Amino acid sequence: MKFTEEHEWLREEGDEIVIGITEHAAEQLGDIVFVELPEVGTEVSKDDECVVIESVKAASDILAPIDGEITEVNEALVDDPGKINEDPMGDAWFIKIKPAEPEQMDDYMSEAEYRDMIS
Amino acid sequence: MDDLHSLPLHDLHVELGAKMVPFAGYDMPVQYPAGVMKEHLHTRSAAGLFDVSHMGQVLLRGEVAEVARAFEGLMPVDVVGLAEGRQRYGLLTNDMGGLLDDLMFANRGDHLLVVVNAACKVDDIAHMRAKMPEVEVVEVTDRALLALQGPKAEAALSALAPEVAAMRFMDVRNVTLVGAEAWVSRSGYTGEDGFEISVPVAQAEKLTRALLGNPDVLPIGLGARNSLRLEAGLCLYGADIDTTTTPVEAGLNWAIQKVRRAGGARAGGFPGADIILDQLANGAPRKRVGLRPAGRAPMREGVMLYPADGATDPVGSITSGAFGPTVQAPVSMGYVPIDLSTPGTIISAELRGKRAAVEVTTLPFTPANFKR
Repeated sequence: MKFTEEHEWLREEGDEIVIGITEHAAEQLGDIVFVELPEVGTEVSKDDECVVIESVKAASDILAPIDGEITEVNEALVDDPGKINEDPMGDAWFIKIKPAEPEQMDDYMSEAEYRDMIS
Repeated sequence: MDDLHSLPLHDLHVELGAKMVPFAGYDMPVQYPAGVMKEHLHTRSAAGLFDVSHMGQVLLRGEVAEVARAFEGLMPVDVVGLAEGRQRYGLLTNDMGGLLDDLMFANRGDHLLVVVNAACKVDDIAHMRAKMPEVEVVEVTDRALLALQGPKAEAALSALAPEVAAMRFMDVRNVTLVGAEAWVSRSGYTGEDGFEISVPVAQAEKLTRALLGNPDVLPIGLGARNSLRLEAGLCLYGADIDTTTTPVEAGLNWAIQKVRRAGGARAGGFPGADIILDQLANGAPRKRVGLRPAGRAPMREGVMLYPADGATDPVGSITSGAFGPTVQAPVSMGYVPIDLSTPGTIISAELRGKRAAVEVTTLPFTPANFKR
């Protein structure tokens, strides 16, 4: 698993990358009440805004961490955004991307490096 | 921010695990470990304790009937007729009929006690001193202010002082709580029954710990305070009302008693009276309304409002909005032209570059639960 400075995690699953936000991010955001997901098939570039989440406090954009095509989105979050607070690193993933340049993953932090950053 | 003030109970908030943020010049608890959603729901179902010591507590001293007459010169509100032991909502107006602040004032027998917004208190006090030279205006700086709100507030406070159970909505009393001489009013800012408690700083922590010792009482931060007052349809000064909004535009006609209106025994005689009395008689061009966005996305302050999906010119904007944990949907307030203010009207809002439907509704979003 890799981690971004924007508190996203990326997990390889076959030839797709599953993307979500970290427990630390979910905690900082507070209770999440709304999620807007992109459409499957959308081509995204690194740093494109691709998911909007709103907590009780504010709106946040989730940026695409890599170039590629959105192959799946977690529709269950739309009806139950609170899942993101309950299981951000597991069931509450946001999107899956088929990467255009898989080596972009190498730019991101390991879990140990991420833990150092937030501590 | 080096001039950030600390609340008297700052260390206790930190001990309770609060996340502190700057608000109106104070370092304030925005939430505790339970989180905004749980804190909000707990206040509606049991009781929540808020530290609102940032607010201004001001004594108006002098011969009280004279003080009341002078204070009426600043507000379109019946001050003279307020009985001893009672509290009322008040509005400081400017010459344009706009609002300098909204406040609570109480007749405490030999003086009036006024509670004003933190961000306005310096200006309010200067305004009151300038406009009421015959009145002694004294800021209370040695007292904390707590709010205990929710359906179990009465049980929690009467466990410390049984006599508070007899108080009705907007009554004020001196009450001894854990040895402290407290000034208690049955009021609040959540739409729930509850109390606001002014207590000497020296005994504030003891009282707070005593109340939090009750398993029904949780500490509640500013985050839930905002969503609670929003669902209750109550204005936030600086967002929903300010110097550019009149009481009539803000839907606060109920705060202007008949005696101060045209034809009343003490009609007019407050700043902006010509404009406000005219709007009371003939209506205002725009009005504050409740807004229910379609879908689940909260629409917050600044979101522009349009008369229809295809319209390109905005006609108003949202002044505050959030997800309403009790309503289980986003709720907002904002100003719309009078012809779009009828409940049920569907208008359009622009959120992140996309249009979404918004329904104009009555306020509050959740029914008030006061002990009348």
